Amino acid sequence: MLNAALIFAFVCIGLALLLSLIRLVRGPGLADRILALDTMYINTIALLIVYGIYADLAIFFEAALLIALMGFISTVALCKYLLRGDIIE
Amino acid sequence: MLEAIIACFLVIGGAFTLIGSIGLARLPDLFTRLHGPTKATTLGVGGILIASLVYFSVRGPGLSLHELLITLFLFITAPVSASLIAQAAWHLRDRDTDD
Repeated sequence: MLNAALIFAFVCIGLALLLSLIRLVRGPGLADRILALDTMYINTIALLIVYGIYADLAIFFEAALLIALMGFISTVALCKYLLRGDIIE
Repeated sequence: MLEAIIACFLVIGGAFTLIGSIGLARLPDLFTRLHGPTKATTLGVGGILIASLVYFSVRGPGLSLHELLITLFLFITAPVSASLIAQAAWHLRDRDTDD
């Protein structure tokens, strides 16, 4: 039962990553691409945590936390660049 | 019983993650598209983190609280990044229509 749920979660998150990648490539604007990247890092966090349950290892939380931090900072930096033309004023 | 709870939260989390990305791929313009991934952040990742919290609290030596840290961080940062993306899109649209 747990295995079936894990496989369902893997498939769902994989499809979600693929759909975000389609949005990242198609685009139309720069803000859409930033939003797609933002979604992709959140999906990656979910994928890492599900893999942590699957492999029965707790070490993946640190990786997930690092991805959360770096993803947020990169989103803020890209948005600031679009807004001001500069990241640190 | 506990396995059923973990499986239930995993299915809920996975389904909401997929729904969020379908919204991102299918909705017509950016300000509606912002709506989809926020569901994936709060409900999708939230559900999967609750499943992981229950699993590692049952399997491990004590209560596992790493997940709460990730949940808290995501819940704080998701509105900030969504607001910044909306501001950037608004700014770009204004600039494009003025010229």
